[in-house]
Amino acid sequence: MFLRKLATVTTFVGLMGSAAYAANCGPEGQSIRILASDFPAIHAVAGAAEANCASGASDFATNHTTEARSIMNAALTPNPSEYSSVILANATLTQLMNDGLVRPLNDLVEKYGENISPNLLITIDGNIMAVAFMANSQHLFSRKDILEQAGFEGIPATYEEVIEAAKMIREAGIMEHPIVINMQTGWNLAEVFNMIYLGHGGEFFEPGSAEPSINNEKGLATLETMKAIAEYAHPDHLTHASNETQGLWESGQAALGVMWGSRGSPILDDEGSTEEVTSNTVLSGAPTVGGGSIPSATLWWDGISIATNVSDEEAEATFAALVSALTPEMVSANNDDAVWLLDGFTPGPAAAGVAQTAQGGAKPYPMIPQMGLLHAALGTELSDFIKGDESAEQALADVESAYRTSAKEAGFLQ
Amino acid sequence: MKHRTFFWFILPTLTAMILFIALPIVSVFVQSLFVEHEQVLVVTENCGPFGCTEATAVDVEATEKLRADQPLGQFNGLGTYTNRSHLAFSEVGEAWSSSASFGEFWSNVYNLPFYSALAFTLAYTAVVTPLVLILGMAIAVGVNNLPGMLKGLAIFVSLLPFLVTPLVGSLILFWMVDSDGVIGATIQRIFNDPSLSLKASTALTWTMLMVYGVWHTLPFSFITFYAGLQTVPEDTMEAAQIDGASKWQRMIHVVVPHLMPLVSFVTLMLIMDNFRVFEPIVSFKAEAHAQSLSWIIYNDLRESGNPLYASAGATSLITIILVVILMTPVLIRTWRDFTRKSH
Repeated sequence: MFLRKLATVTTFVGLMGSAAYAANCGPEGQSIRILASDFPAIHAVAGAAEANCASGASDFATNHTTEARSIMNAALTPNPSEYSSVILANATLTQLMNDGLVRPLNDLVEKYGENISPNLLITIDGNIMAVAFMANSQHLFSRKDILEQAGFEGIPATYEEVIEAAKMIREAGIMEHPIVINMQTGWNLAEVFNMIYLGHGGEFFEPGSAEPSINNEKGLATLETMKAIAEYAHPDHLTHASNETQGLWESGQAALGVMWGSRGSPILDDEGSTEEVTSNTVLSGAPTVGGGSIPSATLWWDGISIATNVSDEEAEATFAALVSALTPEMVSANNDDAVWLLDGFTPGPAAAGVAQTAQGGAKPYPMIPQMGLLHAALGTELSDFIKGDESAEQALADVESAYRTSAKEAGFLQ
Repeated sequence: MKHRTFFWFILPTLTAMILFIALPIVSVFVQSLFVEHEQVLVVTENCGPFGCTEATAVDVEATEKLRADQPLGQFNGLGTYTNRSHLAFSEVGEAWSSSASFGEFWSNVYNLPFYSALAFTLAYTAVVTPLVLILGMAIAVGVNNLPGMLKGLAIFVSLLPFLVTPLVGSLILFWMVDSDGVIGATIQRIFNDPSLSLKASTALTWTMLMVYGVWHTLPFSFITFYAGLQTVPEDTMEAAQIDGASKWQRMIHVVVPHLMPLVSFVTLMLIMDNFRVFEPIVSFKAEAHAQSLSWIIYNDLRESGNPLYASAGATSLITIILVVILMTPVLIRTWRDFTRKSH
């Protein structure tokens, strides 16, 4: 599905000559207010929407902030709400839906969505809650020159091979700590657990309930894998998030990395690194683990949602403006900023990792209302195990009790 | 002063204190007694770019109805205070009955988030407060004895750490202790161990946070003591000198007793400040090794998507109570001094 989409690119570019295409901006004189994260691809979408439709709107404002996730519920609660749209992702959509703050888009998609391919519609029980436009996931980055030098053939495809390759690099005396991975205590550490746990085929909750189900063999195997990775990872791994791992990679201090796809093009570009690093960096799908068949990763999408607490006209104008931005022209002008799920995208080397991960059948990040609480519990309780201060069984038991405590307070468990 | 006059004098302050201090604390307390309503879950089929999965969602209408009936949530009494995230009575009791030795009991208790945060917070307060008092006094005396020309410069330099925003100051130190930073790399070289990392060891992280704490709060105690030193009576000092007291004896028997009220004041401020240590933990990304009570509050409000108001409220009130307990000895002393003087 993913690749077929990428293949239909050229036909669509031909259909929509940029000059001939006039944006349909919906009702005029409405106020369009967008809350969004702060990275180049989101700027491109919001910027294109503004260029297309700001002239017909009474006002057009975009707030790009890295704090979008922590302010969005408060900002969308009053009626009328502070923003008419939030550009969000898997996990943040659940956070808004838990409070009923985003509206179903079925009628709007029918009216304005002729260019939206059906697989981009995020539907929950038939209600379209968001329209996705780009994908992201963590996956493997490898330095082929160092692997070769250490005598490892090809690119590792499983975590066992990653650890084996790291061992060979260490034994060859090339690097003491060849792996970089985003394991900062908190959200990042928990996300590593999530990825490898899904790779082991684990389930986070008992089906249909909020009871946790991670304290099992798959959970233990996941922690073992994490411990083995940490052994070869930079000693400061519990403080590393994307900026640190990217920095280490660009300075040539790592040979194997598990990093976000969105870091692919900043790493491969000619800024901040040497020719030796960039020309030997290979992006590939997330490794599988424990003999499993799917990549150990969580797939993420970013997409458009519309607030509940705004007038129907405002909702319509906002949706029309944002959808008008999802054109092949916008995509080709910003091709390397993201792995676009839209027509007009030409996947380059920077997109290879995410594409392979999606193609390999990796699971999306679970859109489950209580997932945020489990994620937070994993983030605070796993570091003791990674540091070597407690057993894997104890760590998983701690996670479950920490989760139960907060889930009771939040009303998910009684 | 007549009681009536006193009342009118104090009224504006009193009003502000009730509005901005007392009422918020009461409101936090009330919120900490309630937990959220049951979230009505329904099974759904979610579809997106990566296929369809079966999942659950909150039935917003049903949940909203529960909320409308009882806006504060379900009454939970002191349940939040005693759950695993806070005082954890049942977990501590279980640890007591199941542990063979005191060491094992302590490691079980230390595994609970509240007690491990409390341990760091207390250790931080206990180390940083006396160090800042003693060093602040020493620097103040030192600067006071400098020749006039150098004084201004010395005061300015000593105040610098106070001018740096805590978040920024700790970030700078964080980069310096990085294994590629100036301090981190030097230490690696001294011990000839390329994988030695200040950030990867609990003991070194604690030390780093405490050193930072001393560095950052020192100017406050320095400048207060320096101001106090300007009021030391010349006559008493001269009399002591004539009696043959050495410099050190004059310091201990004249200057320090004279500054005692200031010492009490600075101690109170430092205990309050140090007990709510927070920014350096975030800037140093030290959460794996050190968590404080304030950090727990921040984490409850921020990390999980839906803020846990009751948890945060309970931790806040426990923090207030602990600060009051810690300050009691100093407060009693001040009260005694006050009543003695008024007789």
